[in-house]
Amino acid sequence: MKTPHWKLLTLVGPDRPGIVAAVSRVLLGAGAELGEASMMRLGGLFTIMLMVGIDGDGVHLKGLLESVRNEFKLRVHVDELNAGLHRRIDPDARVTVYGADRVGIVAEVTDALAQAGLSITDLRSDVAGSEDKPIYIMNIEGVAQQGLPPLEQALARLSSDIRVTIAPIELMRG
Amino acid sequence: MALRDIILYPDNRLKTACEAVDSFNAELRDFVNDLLDTCASGPGAVGIAAPQVGVLQRICIVDATRARKPVPNHGKLILVNPEITAWDGFAVGREGCLSVPDYTGNVVRAEKIRLSAYDLDGNALSFEMEGYEARIAQHEIDHLDGILFLDRLISRGADLFQRKPAKSKAAE
Ligand SMILES: [Zn+2]
Repeated sequence: MKTPHWKLLTLVGPDRPGIVAAVSRVLLGAGAELGEASMMRLGGLFTIMLMVGIDGDGVHLKGLLESVRNEFKLRVHVDELNAGLHRRIDPDARVTVYGADRVGIVAEVTDALAQAGLSITDLRSDVAGSEDKPIYIMNIEGVAQQGLPPLEQALARLSSDIRVTIAPIELMRG
Repeated sequence: MALRDIILYPDNRLKTACEAVDSFNAELRDFVNDLLDTCASGPGAVGIAAPQVGVLQRICIVDATRARKPVPNHGKLILVNPEITAWDGFAVGREGCLSVPDYTGNVVRAEKIRLSAYDLDGNALSFEMEGYEARIAQHEIDHLDGILFLDRLISRGADLFQRKPAKSKAAE
């Protein structure tokens, strides 16, 4: 099997049933290989970030998706990738954050983490609670490039209204 | 020293329940030596089960002494016909598998277990395990029942239910 040319395909559009299936069917028909992906509903839109292995350039890939794009009113973006599949990095630290939602909470937390050497591999955040009293919840995984102690110290200096928990991710392989 | 080839999913042998060992003989001993060598050579492996080398018998290795950070453990264990007899609590943890390269995922396991098994001479063993070692044992015994960690994956969102916060700020 020859190695396909990998691209990162980003699609954003109104959340409607059938987007993923329609996109997958078109790519399958074009002989593309599908790789790692992250897809989720955000703010009423459906977002797709998908690795696609296919020959030809980004214009060719966009051309293939033209009818789906029209049907589902999607915005399409393609990035060329230098690497292929199997380039995942195993995170070794997990940080969970929550607090009353307020301006600056994400910047404050992520600044502190970046300065203490956390390279983020995955970040999920949600605004929960009631509409008048929203709370912000963030789930972060990453590689602690300088170990956990600098991260613990950095998080201990955050504003007192932000609750933070940090724990190692001990991988068990067997 | 003899290394056995590790079979990879989607090989059907990994989805097959294994047979109990009924003779504790030299053949068993030789096989377990190979299994120990194969486990020791697996990248970062802290356990292995016989079906992972294509032998459909209820034998596994649990070796929490190989954890990256020291954890409570009972040493390098050879478990024949292991059986979990009690479960307590639960914990989310990250697992990978020698038979599923290049993937790790979160799995819920019992925090503490009681386990019975036999050694290579057919003597009965029993252990109370917790944490990381209990996780290894549950992963390996799953293999003996044809179950992979892929069958037990939970979504990332469940991370909030992690076991014990290592360091909690503003816990006043
Ligand atoms: Zn395994």
